[in-house]
Amino acid sequence: MSSISDVQIDHDDHHHAPPKGLMRWVLTTNHKDIGSMYLWFSFAMFLTGGAMAMVIRAELFQPGLQFVEPNFFNQMTTVHGLIMVFGAVMPAFTGLANWLIPMMIGAPDMALPRMNNWSFWILPFAFAILLASLFMEGGGPNFGWTFYAPLSTTYAPDSVALFVFSVHIMGISSIMGAINVIVTIMNMRAPGMTYMKLPLFVWTWLITAFLLIAVMPVLAGVVTMVLTDKFFGTSFFDAAGGGDPVLFQHIFWFFGHPEVYIMILPSFGIISAIVPAFSRKKLFGYASMVYATASIAGLSFIVWAHHMFTTGMPVQAELFFMYCTMLISVPTGVKVFNWVATMWRGAISFETPMLFALAFIVLFTIGGFSGLMLAITPVDFQYHDTYFVVAHFHYVLVSGAIFSIMAACYFWLPKWTGKMYDEGLAKLHFWCSLISVNVLFFPMHFLGLGGMPRRIPDYALQFADVNAIVSLGGFAFGLSQLIFLAVVIKCIRGGEPTTAKPWEGAEGLEWDLLPAKAPYHSFSTPPEVK
Amino acid sequence: MSQAHDNYYVPAQSIWPIVGAVGLFLIASGAGFTVQQLDSEQGWGVWVLSLGVVVIIAMLFGWFGNVIQESMSGLYSEQMDRSFRQGMSWFIFSEVMFFAAFFGALFYARMIAVPWLGGASNNAMTAEVLWPEFEAIWPLIKTPDGTTTQAMGWMGLPLINTLILVTSSITLHFAHVGMEKDQRKPLKLWLFITLVLGFAFLVLQVEEYIHAYQEMGLTLDSGIYGNTFFLLTGFHGMHVTLGVIILTVMFLRILKGHFTGKQHFGFMAASWYWHFVDVVWLLLFVFVYIL
Repeated sequence: MSSISDVQIDHDDHHHAPPKGLMRWVLTTNHKDIGSMYLWFSFAMFLTGGAMAMVIRAELFQPGLQFVEPNFFNQMTTVHGLIMVFGAVMPAFTGLANWLIPMMIGAPDMALPRMNNWSFWILPFAFAILLASLFMEGGGPNFGWTFYAPLSTTYAPDSVALFVFSVHIMGISSIMGAINVIVTIMNMRAPGMTYMKLPLFVWTWLITAFLLIAVMPVLAGVVTMVLTDKFFGTSFFDAAGGGDPVLFQHIFWFFGHPEVYIMILPSFGIISAIVPAFSRKKLFGYASMVYATASIAGLSFIVWAHHMFTTGMPVQAELFFMYCTMLISVPTGVKVFNWVATMWRGAISFETPMLFALAFIVLFTIGGFSGLMLAITPVDFQYHDTYFVVAHFHYVLVSGAIFSIMAACYFWLPKWTGKMYDEGLAKLHFWCSLISVNVLFFPMHFLGLGGMPRRIPDYALQFADVNAIVSLGGFAFGLSQLIFLAVVIKCIRGGEPTTAKPWEGAEGLEWDLLPAKAPYHSFSTPPEVK
Repeated sequence: MSQAHDNYYVPAQSIWPIVGAVGLFLIASGAGFTVQQLDSEQGWGVWVLSLGVVVIIAMLFGWFGNVIQESMSGLYSEQMDRSFRQGMSWFIFSEVMFFAAFFGALFYARMIAVPWLGGASNNAMTAEVLWPEFEAIWPLIKTPDGTTTQAMGWMGLPLINTLILVTSSITLHFAHVGMEKDQRKPLKLWLFITLVLGFAFLVLQVEEYIHAYQEMGLTLDSGIYGNTFFLLTGFHGMHVTLGVIILTVMFLRILKGHFTGKQHFGFMAASWYWHFVDVVWLLLFVFVYIL
């Protein structure tokens, strides 16, 4: 094993040092450079979207209108959602895929390196357009990130045209990124790296990439219909012309529901790498993890209308979507069971990646349970469009997806930089995040059950105390993320040099065959996997 | 994998992706402004859009130029050829899903939205109160708010166009066979015929649109029937246009002596794309025109 890695390092040092300066990043075709850019871009968007969340929480700190106009409040909720989904979570996963998949499967790079660069660099432009639309006459998008018609057609500001085209670019970026991932995995595995030997992060991303290619074009289709309804006189979503506003919701959620699994399946892969590493045991039930992931992806195509229980669908349809949705808890339960079983009788240690992974398992499961409650049609009639829904999807997206991304960053940071991060500071980041995220989102369940509607800048007086607590949690969570920035910068600039395998329980080609800091080109000649 | 791994060619830095990113930025923002300025005097958005198109065309020339050069100088291995093939297949799958969104809208309108407006399911009272005059028929020649139009029949131009496209798929297949057998003469001849057929399809399609707008009163804004008709056939027509352009480039490259019987990914991808566009048309012909 070690002889392979020695040859590797020599080879790389002689021929392929990265170019210097800004143009290195603009013109690069290197999967690690592109991965880093994705991750930094994602973090910048995380802070931008986070700043908007701070505006929302400041406004909701007290009842009555405090700081912003209702229309601006709507723009904040809308753009916060769009940025977090398309700008923070998805690019972070694509960045991790770029960095890790070639190293994990023993490939020299991604399959289509120039297209990889293009996929990344169109993203900042897309978000420039979206953010610029906030400053235009009539304001930016104010119809919620789900842009339901007719809010996004008849009643939308003119800037909806820019919103539509920026979503098109985000979609093109995701599709190209997904094609790259899928082709890399199918075609560039090292000899002996069979499908059932793939690390679960690679497996989950393979399935995620399939979902992306299947549903991002549908999103492109529905924004196109919004554009023609608003500007070219079509009536897809207008009953007066024979269309139906509910049609919008069907097409949107046909994209939107697989989309939420796009934002969580790679997390499952990350957790499935970290839990065994710090439990010093093999992952329990590898094959069942693969099948569970595939089942979740398959089911994700036939549950979309559980977002639409209150639109007046026939009762047969409501029942079908209710039962299908509940079915998803079976493969998801398999996963949670397997993670717990992996830890059972393991020699567990609690470094920061493991702490985030443990928090993920508990908090994601809470989000899963509230999802199960929302899946029950008659119950959803009451919860629909309340803060209960907001609590639910923030539990799965913030303490789910975002926590897993944080876990991944801490876990692989030593491999990316060759240096160890400051464990004390990182633990501070974890505990601050863990406490504040629960102060922020847990009381939202009660607000929702009490009947507080989402996306409204004002509320009835009885919600005042809980909202104040929620806002404080929000500010604390926002500030805590600056600790993360500090940890990463400190690690890059002055971290302690580390070894090839700083986590003794970690497994995979990236730990076994590569030096402490992964070289610029990892596997120019593919390693033999036994 | 069991196959032997050749060295995988990882291209060095490239200027073209960032050029393409700027081009897409200009196209997207330009298109956004153009749409916003549809009703106003000042139309500078369209200039931004056009500039973006020029940049993208330059990018395509430069990028594909690089790829062709690398391919001709033998840098590409069999494994890379597989990457390209798989990439193209997944791209076509994404196109399938794009059309699926519009077919979905069509089916929903026909099976659910229009019948419900006419009182089906549990909507009898709604129909009675809102639009008692409304008749739920397809093609929807009279919308609830009273816009009327005519339905496009499938005989005549659409049938001729179907025959043209199906024939073009067959001739393109003959060209492909010629390519694989390294018989350049039949290859050029069949590909040329395919191009002529593709072009003829586009001319007839424009003819049909003129007929619809000027004589039938069937327009983009004449209710859900016109909406689905024009967006489905329109996006299909755009894909045929792109297919004709791609095949023209392939024709020129073949005249220059590019490709061999074993190595012709570019031609094969173009041919896959053309067959895909053809299949979409067949679905269109059945669901938009005939049924």
